[in-house]
Amino acid sequence: MRKLSLYPVGGKYGRYGGQFVPETLMAALSELEEAYERLREDPDFQKQLRYYLSEYAGRPTPLYYAENLTKKVGGAKIYLKREDLAHGGAHKINNTLGQALLAKSMGKRRVIAETGAGQHGVATAIACAALELKTEIYMGSEDMERQRLNVFRMRLLDAEVHRVESGSKTLKDSINEALRDWVTNVQTTYYLIGSVVGPHPYPVIVRDFQSVIGYELKEQITQKEGRLPDVLIACVGGGSNAMGTFYPFVDDKAVKMIGVEAAGCGIESGKHAASLYAGAEGVLHGMQTYVLQDEHGQIQTTHSISAGLDYPGVGPEHSFLKGIERAQYTVATDGEAVKAFLDLSKNEGIVPALEPSHALAYAVKIAQTMGRDQIIVVTLSGRGDKDVEVVAKYLGVKM
Amino acid sequence: MREIEKTFQNLKKRNEGALIAYVAGGDPKPEYTPDIVEALIDGGADIIELGIPFSDPVADGPTIQAATVRALNAGTTPKMVLEMVSEVKDRHRVPITVLTYYNPVFRMGLEDFFKSASRCGVDGLVVPDLPIEEARDYKRVAEAYEIDTIFLAAPSTSTERLRKIVEHTSGFLYLVSVFGVTGTRKEVQELTVNLIRKALPFTTGKIPLAVGFGISKPEHVRTIITNEADGAIVGSRFVKIIEKNRENNDEMIEEIKKCAHELKKATIRNRSSE
Ligand SMILES: Cc1ncc(COP(=O)(O)O)c(C=O)c1O
Repeated sequence: MRKLSLYPVGGKYGRYGGQFVPETLMAALSELEEAYERLREDPDFQKQLRYYLSEYAGRPTPLYYAENLTKKVGGAKIYLKREDLAHGGAHKINNTLGQALLAKSMGKRRVIAETGAGQHGVATAIACAALELKTEIYMGSEDMERQRLNVFRMRLLDAEVHRVESGSKTLKDSINEALRDWVTNVQTTYYLIGSVVGPHPYPVIVRDFQSVIGYELKEQITQKEGRLPDVLIACVGGGSNAMGTFYPFVDDKAVKMIGVEAAGCGIESGKHAASLYAGAEGVLHGMQTYVLQDEHGQIQTTHSISAGLDYPGVGPEHSFLKGIERAQYTVATDGEAVKAFLDLSKNEGIVPALEPSHALAYAVKIAQTMGRDQIIVVTLSGRGDKDVEVVAKYLGVKM
Repeated sequence: MREIEKTFQNLKKRNEGALIAYVAGGDPKPEYTPDIVEALIDGGADIIELGIPFSDPVADGPTIQAATVRALNAGTTPKMVLEMVSEVKDRHRVPITVLTYYNPVFRMGLEDFFKSASRCGVDGLVVPDLPIEEARDYKRVAEAYEIDTIFLAAPSTSTERLRKIVEHTSGFLYLVSVFGVTGTRKEVQELTVNLIRKALPFTTGKIPLAVGFGISKPEHVRTIITNEADGAIVGSRFVKIIEKNRENNDEMIEEIKKCAHELKKATIRNRSSE
C-alpha cells in the first residue's frame, strides 16, 4: 500500500510545511536536504546510527504492559512505550544522535539548538559530547528558571547555554534566537532542531529519526499481542514523539492515532498551548501550520505546566494528518496532567515527565470507555525527574 | 512603469543613488509615525520602507526587535500601518514600501491585504521570510493590484538562484549585505562590495539594486553607491534615534531629518556634469 506521506513533495504535506525563511538560509536548507537525501539511503550512515542507538542510547526501549494502571482504570489494556528509559531520559536522543551524525558527516563542527524544557538541550549536549561537536544552546530565561536542573546538566555536558530574554522568553523565542544565530553563522554551523517543526527538510528529518519509536513498538506489540493496537496516544508539543509514534502506522487505517496537546489552565482561559485544537493556520518558524495567533497574525504567548509543550506552533505533518482526519487531536489541562503524573508514579512506580502525563490523562479517560480486549499504547516520552520541583510547587508542597 | 522604478530612473539621471529609509510603523506610538515619515522625506529620503511590527521578527537584530515591541505594546496593527501610508500619501508622492513578515499578510488573506494596501497607496512589499519558492499566489495577487514585490538576495545566494530572484523581483532587488540580522555595523565589509559586483551583471539594465542590513553612516552609503549600487537601505540607525528620543518628539523629528539629510548627501555621485 502506498504511504500517505513518504517524503514531502516540494517540502509540503498538502498545503502545510514549506520553507518560509530568510533568503540567507535557503542555501543551507538545500545543502541539508541534499546531505540528508544521500545519507538516509546510505548503509554506513544507517549502521552508525543503529550502533549509537543501541550501544549508547539503550534502544530498543521496552513496551511495558501497565497492568496495575489497567486494572485500576478498568477497560482497555494500557501499554507504555518506555522512551523515559532512553539515555537522557526522553525520546529526544533519537533525533539528536541522528542529526549530530548528520552534522558531523556534513563537516560542521559547531552545533546550535533551542530548548524549552531543557530536554532537547540536554539530548543535544549528550549527542554532541559523544560525537565531539561544539554545542551552544538557546533557552528562554523563563524556562531556565523553571528547569534549573537541566540548565546545570547541559553545562556539565560541556554545552554553552545562552539566556534568551526576548519575547515571551520561552521555547518560541529560543527558536527565533537560534535562527538569528544560524543566519549569522550559517557557513560553519549546524542548527539541530528539536522537534518536527521548522522549514523543510527538518520536519521530515526529525520524523524519520523519531520513527524508531513506532517501528519498535509495532514489532513489540505484535509479539506480545499478535496484533496491532487499537489506539496510539502521544503528547504533542512540536509533535516529534507523536510523529515518531504515528508515522509507521499511518497506513494501518484500523489503528486510531490521538495527539494530546496542553490545555494549560483550560482552553476557555486562553492560557494554553493547543495549536491544533484551538489555533488557526499561519506561518511561523519557516512552516505553514496551525499556530496560536491573534486576529492580526501576532503569535500568542502560551501556557502549560510542562515547558516541553509550551509552543504556539506544531509540526506541519500533524496539520496534514488533522486535515485528512487520519489523526485526532485533543487536549489535557495542567490539573489533569498532574493527576496522571501522580497516578502513574503511585500505581506503576514510574515517574513520568509532565509532557506525556497529558497523553496518560487522556488514555485513562478513554480506556474506561473501551473493552478489556482492546489495546492502547501510550508513548511515555520522558521521565519526570526534571518535573518533581514543578509538581511540588503546583501541589503547594514545600520540599 | 511604476513609481518605485520611476524614482530610481529619475535619480539615475541626476547621478544619484536612492536613500531608502526604514522605520517600524507604530514606533514608539502609532500617532508619531506620519510625522517621522515626513521628517525622513524632508531630510531627503527617496523611498520609505515602513515596517508592520510582528511578534517574531527572526531577521531582525535587537534594535528593530525593540522597536517592534514598542509598536505592538502601543497597539499597532497591520491595518493601522497601511492607514499610515495612506496618510503620508495624501501629502507626498514619495514611493512607500511596506516591510512585513509573512504571517500578518497570510492572516489577513492575500486578497484582503493587497486590496487594503492598494487602496492606501502602498507601492511595494518586502517580506523577508518569503522566498520566491513560496511566493506564487502572493505574486499573482500583488500583480493584480499593481504592487511591486521586492525579493531579497543574500551572500549565500548562488548565481543560479540570483538569476531566478531577479526575474521574480519588481521595484528593485534587495541585496542583504552580510550574513546576519539587521542592526548597525561599524563598516561596510569587503564581502558586501564583492556581493554588489556579483549582483550587478544580473541587475544592470533590468532592475535597480539596493543594498541593506548594517548600512548606517554616510561613508557606508557612499561606499555602496560608488560601487554602482542604485540604492542604500538604512533602518536601525533611524530606529535608534527614535528609541533615544521617544520622550521628546521635537528633538526626534529634528534629529531624524538631519540624519536623513546627511545620508542623502552621500548618495550623490560626483557632479562633474553640472
Ligand atoms: C519528555 C518530553 N516529551 C515531549 C516533549 C514535546 O516535544 P514533541 O512534541 O516534539 O515530542 C518534550 C519537549 O521538550 C519532552 O521533553
